[in-house]
Amino acid sequence: MRRLIYFVLAFIIWMLLTWQIDAQVIIAGLIASVIVALLFHEILPKEYRVFISPVRVFWVLVYLPVFFYYVLKANLDVVYRALHPKMPIKPGIVKIKTILKTESGITALANSITLTPGTLTVDLTDDGGDPASRETFLYIHWINVKSDDVEQATELIARRFEWFLKRIFE
Amino acid sequence: MSDIIGYILIIVGILFDIFGCIGLVRFPDVYNRLQASTKCVTLGTILLLVGVAVISGLGATSAKAIICAVFILITSPTAAHAIAKGAYASGVALWENSVVDKYAEESKK
Repeated sequence: MRRLIYFVLAFIIWMLLTWQIDAQVIIAGLIASVIVALLFHEILPKEYRVFISPVRVFWVLVYLPVFFYYVLKANLDVVYRALHPKMPIKPGIVKIKTILKTESGITALANSITLTPGTLTVDLTDDGGDPASRETFLYIHWINVKSDDVEQATELIARRFEWFLKRIFE
Repeated sequence: MSDIIGYILIIVGILFDIFGCIGLVRFPDVYNRLQASTKCVTLGTILLLVGVAVISGLGATSAKAIICAVFILITSPTAAHAIAKGAYASGVALWENSVVDKYAEESKK
């Protein structure tokens, strides 16, 4: 089943990239998609079934403008710091905790954090407990450290995304 | 009309790219430089591609541009994450004026 979904996705992207309906193109695309689907179908998350729901798509659509707002803010922030003659930076690596549990959710959180104001995910770790109750920690490089406390840093960096990502991925 | 919007998007994108490069040169260490390069270059390049898509209208070019933009949005932070972790693992120190390094405790274990 995952192979089939992966095959369809690969073929759609192929058709969009080539943008022409032609026997040769379609045959080449089918062959390439089959090979890709057989080799890489494990990339699709195991819990893929839960993503097929209109509620999640709705939250994705709500999340995108919020996300782009923060991306724009992040850029203006970095531009300000890069152009300011005195370069007002105060970097450091802080540790934050996330409430997200699924792998895809944590990945999305890490990528969102990297693209938003002054923060860059360096690594993540968990406390080694059993999968249902374990807590995941992220190490974040912060260009302007406001707090090195785990709880407070979590509040400042991750809360604004977790609320959405929990609804999209979990 | 769509030409004007497209060119504005391209110009703003290039400006963000330039500022990202200035940050890349001015910031003191690998991690700060990554901050500048990931954020500004991601947004700058995406704006450029969206601008191209707006100018060329619906068709082969815009489909390619939008797909490239989506892939950049996904891969750029992932690559930055890999570079930061790799840099730390191979012993690149933080800037001397950095205020805190919680990661040092973790990587010593």
